[in-house]
Amino acid sequence: MDTYAVQAEALQKRYGEKHALDGFDLTVRKGTVHGLLGPNGAGKTTAVRALATLLKFDGGRALVAGTDVAKDPRGVRRRIGLAGQYAAVDEMLSGRQNLEMFGRLFHLGGRRARLRAAELLERFDLVEAAGKNAGDYSGGMRRRLDLAASMILAPEVLFLDEPTTGLDPRGRGEVWEAVRELVADGTTVLLTTQYLEEADKLASRITVIDQGRAIADDTPDGLKDCVGGDRVEVVAAEAADLPRIAEVVARVSLGEPAVDRTGLRVHAPVRERVAALTDVARTLQDEGIRVEDIGLRRPSLDDVFLRLTGHRTDAAEPVSGEAMVAA
Amino acid sequence: MSAGTVEAQGGTQGGTQVDLHVESGEQRRLYWAVADSWNVVRRTLTHYQRQPVMILWQLGFPIISVLLYAYVFGGAMEVPGSEDGATYRDFLMPGMFVMTMAFGLMNTATSVVHDATKGVIDRFRSMPMAPSAVVGGRAVTDLLVACAELTILALTALALGWRPDGEPLAMAGAFGLILLLRFCLIWAGVWLGLLVPNPEAAGGLYALIFPVTMISSIFVAPSSMPGWLGTAAAWNPISSTGAAARELFGYPVAGDGSWIQENAVLMAVVWPVVLTAVFLPLAVRRFQKLSR
Ligand SMILES: Nc1ncnc2c1ncn2[C@@H]1O[C@H](COP(=O)(O)OP(=O)(O)OP(=O)(O)O)[C@@H](O)[C@H]1O
Ligand SMILES: [Mg+2]
Repeated sequence: MDTYAVQAEALQKRYGEKHALDGFDLTVRKGTVHGLLGPNGAGKTTAVRALATLLKFDGGRALVAGTDVAKDPRGVRRRIGLAGQYAAVDEMLSGRQNLEMFGRLFHLGGRRARLRAAELLERFDLVEAAGKNAGDYSGGMRRRLDLAASMILAPEVLFLDEPTTGLDPRGRGEVWEAVRELVADGTTVLLTTQYLEEADKLASRITVIDQGRAIADDTPDGLKDCVGGDRVEVVAAEAADLPRIAEVVARVSLGEPAVDRTGLRVHAPVRERVAALTDVARTLQDEGIRVEDIGLRRPSLDDVFLRLTGHRTDAAEPVSGEAMVAA
Repeated sequence: MSAGTVEAQGGTQGGTQVDLHVESGEQRRLYWAVADSWNVVRRTLTHYQRQPVMILWQLGFPIISVLLYAYVFGGAMEVPGSEDGATYRDFLMPGMFVMTMAFGLMNTATSVVHDATKGVIDRFRSMPMAPSAVVGGRAVTDLLVACAELTILALTALALGWRPDGEPLAMAGAFGLILLLRFCLIWAGVWLGLLVPNPEAAGGLYALIFPVTMISSIFVAPSSMPGWLGTAAAWNPISSTGAAARELFGYPVAGDGSWIQENAVLMAVVWPVVLTAVFLPLAVRRFQKLSR
């Protein structure tokens, strides 16, 4: 048995002048969750669609579950599940009817399709809603139904394209839980996301993609180390307090705090995040220094990007001035 | 596993009581193309089963049109053949059948664009099912629905006093020609459905299809239109099917003697065959283009 569920080498996909994939490399270990992290337009969907046989690529080579994507697409299709960027369920059918329909189309035949549907409804906690129109499901339920449909043949590799985009925190939690269970059963999951937090929660390894190329491949901790982990951030009420606040923050921070004078902001990376925050808050209160805001700031995709590429993601708005960058 | 016809799926997952070994569809291709198409058909038929009013919505427009044209404008309409005692209702009904088929193009396009934008087509394409079943299933479904629509419309027409008196075989042929028109429009619908970016844009196709049905001989005789418009109406494929159906339903033929009107039945076969020859490859090409 090979160690890798997905191996892609130098994938190329052009749309006219635009290089959606530009020498994209990826390896995903069997039995893991691998995160593909990138901003809008980075090429995440293109990569997933190419690996899932939906898109012919112009160059490079890809093996999925040991099968060559370009040479044996049907062989790949038998071994993968795909949940695209939009939950592809039939809104006019009930949850159960959806799973039975897809089961028959996976060639299970009527009887086994029914049994498998019942199993998956149970598994994804949809038994109560099984008879309702999928169109009436909440976002989280719809996503779970979508996941269930992609799991009908218990595929070796599951591709999830932004599985939680557009979900409320509760729906997101439900999907995370479902993904964790799948992996516990041995499925390999490749999931794309725009949120570092999500990749951090689910993935054991993360590939960062930008302009069609993998620009980093690391563990979540490795990536966070690279951007400096969590930060304590204090917004002062008066500019005069800034030096003293910087001193207080410096006592708990890993490096010299950054001071942003226009935004009246002081921030610095910390290790013991809660202890550091409590310490700073207590000291400032004891000294009677008024602050507008105080809190923990977690590194975002944008921070990772900034560190890796030197430019912000296109979507990010320029926040809190350049001083933050200098930290 | 004899002769490799049964494929072991390679998942390592426990937790299932169901045997998940399936045939991949690479063997017995024809069998699976038919089986998969049928399952796609079943899917849409289940839609109608869950929401039977859907079919009434689709029929709402033609039925209201029948009532409007037959009762509101009917008295004022001079149609060829009325001197032989035929009524406008008799003239109109075959046209209504044809119009319903023409508007069916919208249903095809709308369903396809929905499936395309909601990712259902992508899911089908990522599965080991026969690719031809995605579109083939759609075609079979739409023909079945068209049969149901024609049945309901014909019963409505009979209730309103429509009394066709053609030969039984000829009248069956009329329905056959009407369905043939629907068949060629399925491919135009699939092509358009894959061409437009979203369901809203598909709604805009009404602006295209409405004039095409109006500039035809299904409501009025082309001879009553200005010259060039009359010619366009006479050569409209929909007109040929409408005229052929009228003829086969036993309505007195009173054409203006032009070639296109004299040969309505022939053209009601030729037009759909030509249109299928154009739109079927276009639709298939567009479908294959999804992976580029
Ligand atoms: N069919 C297409 N025609 C032309 N350009 C395309 C097409 N599909 C994608 N692109 C371009 O390729 C690039 C990568 O797109 P892709 O959808 O893979 O990005 P993504 O990382 O999934 O973004 P998002 O977070 O918005 O989903 C984008 O610049 C996009 O505009
Ligand atoms: Mg995307």
